[in-house]
Amino acid sequence: MAAALEIHDLQKQFRSPDGRAAVIVDVPRFELAAGAQVAVRGTSGSGKTTFLNLIAGILTADAGRIDVNGLRVTGLGEADRDRLRATTIGYIFQTFNLLQGCTALENVELAMAFGRGVDRAFASRLLTKVGLDGHLHHLPRQLSVGQQQRVAVARALANHPSLVLADEPTGNLDERHAADALKTIRELCRENGAALLLVSHSPAVLEQFEQVVSFADINHAFGRREGAGA
Amino acid sequence: MSAMPAANGGAAGVHIPRTQSGMAGVAMLARRSLRQHSLSSAVTMLSIGLAAGLTMSVFSLRAQSRDAFLGGAGNFDAVLGAKGSRLQLVLNNVFHLESSPGNISWSVYETAKEHPGVAFAIPYAVGDNYMGARIVGTTTELFDAFQYRPGRRLAVQAGGRLFDMGLREAVVGAEAARRTGLAYGAIFQPTHGLEQNEAGHVHEEEYVVVGVLEPTGTPIDRVILIPLEGIMRMSGHILRTEDDDMYAAQAGEEIPDEVKQISAVMLGLRGPQAGLDLDEQFNKRDSKATLAFPIGAVMADLFDKLGWMVQVLGLVAILVVLVAGSAVLASIHNTINERRREFAILRALGARRSAVFSIILLESATIAAIGTVIGFAVYAAIMGTAAIIIRRQTGVVIDPWALNAALAWTPPGMIALGLIAGLIPAAKAYSTDVATHLAPQT
Repeated sequence: MAAALEIHDLQKQFRSPDGRAAVIVDVPRFELAAGAQVAVRGTSGSGKTTFLNLIAGILTADAGRIDVNGLRVTGLGEADRDRLRATTIGYIFQTFNLLQGCTALENVELAMAFGRGVDRAFASRLLTKVGLDGHLHHLPRQLSVGQQQRVAVARALANHPSLVLADEPTGNLDERHAADALKTIRELCRENGAALLLVSHSPAVLEQFEQVVSFADINHAFGRREGAGA
Repeated sequence: MSAMPAANGGAAGVHIPRTQSGMAGVAMLARRSLRQHSLSSAVTMLSIGLAAGLTMSVFSLRAQSRDAFLGGAGNFDAVLGAKGSRLQLVLNNVFHLESSPGNISWSVYETAKEHPGVAFAIPYAVGDNYMGARIVGTTTELFDAFQYRPGRRLAVQAGGRLFDMGLREAVVGAEAARRTGLAYGAIFQPTHGLEQNEAGHVHEEEYVVVGVLEPTGTPIDRVILIPLEGIMRMSGHILRTEDDDMYAAQAGEEIPDEVKQISAVMLGLRGPQAGLDLDEQFNKRDSKATLAFPIGAVMADLFDKLGWMVQVLGLVAILVVLVAGSAVLASIHNTINERRREFAILRALGARRSAVFSIILLESATIAAIGTVIGFAVYAAIMGTAAIIIRRQTGVVIDPWALNAALAWTPPGMIALGLIAGLIPAAKAYSTDVATHLAPQT
């Protein structure tokens, strides 16, 4: 069985305002087994969002390769990367990124519409699973912050992804809601057989995971910047 | 690494699952956006509606009024009248508009009538009105020979009859009856002059209405018909001999042909050659009268002269269409910046650039389509009003619901305009940078 995620010699650089090229991501090797749940410890500005965006195919790498579920993301054109995101990768954002004009159910169904097809029964089941059975037709502004995050979790699982990326998913939640949200994310990923790669700087989140790695250890570019800063 | 290289460099046999077209999502988002920006969407739809309605009305009115006026003369082929403008002759005697260019002598009528190519010659004498409805003195031959449409002759409504040539009786056109209130049995006194005038001299003669015409949808609906000599004998009307001596007709006394004067002779011809002969006779050799032949050509000439006005109206309609198109562009373009994040989210969920592009185009096309439906309501309002005004002013009937090519090409044209107007905002949405706009907003 192919790993959920394999990365080799991944590099991404950006040009700073003064015109100098700065390497933001430099990951020689990283692997996530199918169905595994790994937390990555990273501070803000460490390039972890860029790292996740590279895996999701939102950004393209300058060098190296990324395989998701055995498929070489770095060799795909934009349309295929879109398809991969729609069918194989679920993404949970720190700011939830729900569509404000759509209800909870519609937010989940929209992800399905661009993915494997709308399955209202499954969408409702997912929302019920995250405790929103009475809020299917509520707009995001009618939901609490914690409830909005749960909609985002349900949406990430809508297309039966094999890999879920979570970028500071509890960053906007208080401690109690953060613990609940985290539990929900992990449970849903486990039930759906999806691997979970979660990045966070919160010790409360990280201590929930059996497998925690430091982003500075994965991303040598950040390690070098840290070292230079020290 | 354990994975084997595949076609794309990944593991063998691995492929990306198929995705749906996303049209359901595209349609839902377009609908949501229109609802979210309901005020600007409604205003834009209204502007498209006005543009579509105006465009259809201008082209339809142009075609219909041309057809109606060119065919408004029924089976009259020519008008013979006083020396002067052919157009004035036609407008005055066929459409009962404009002032009379003057009178011709009875001998001119008889000359025309005796021409072998003339099927019928009906004299008209005008000069009076009743409450603005023109009074036309004529003979009962009008009811026998004149066909306002092929096979359709003037008919008096049930209970009425034609006037007696020797009595002060009148048959009232349908529209004239409605406007003046004259009904069967009513008695009225004509007023001097072709138009209603408060200070106009009211003739002492009293006429009794013996019939009201069935509506014809032609200018004859607007007039009151009386016996020809009724005009000549009206108090205050002075006839003149060829030597310019004045003659006032006395009751019970026959009017000599030498002093009879009429306004025009309406001619039905047996063929176009007769028209050419009469044209040669009256327009080129005889300086006493003018022949307007063929009537359709005279009206066509008028429409050609008025062509610039129609072109200006068409230009105004095109400008309104362009303004409406700009309104679609501005309305959607203004929302693009606030929606960049929404597009980035959709892209992050796997929506292709083309899907985002389609959302905007669907919105602009929907605005244009709904606007066009409103346009048909605007068209109905304009055409309905125009039909009433034209009928009241000229007697000519136009059908607001008649099919016209503009009704067929305007809807797809407006939708195409909407799509074109949506291209710029759609391109902006298409180019949305996902990573940049997904970042938390501060």
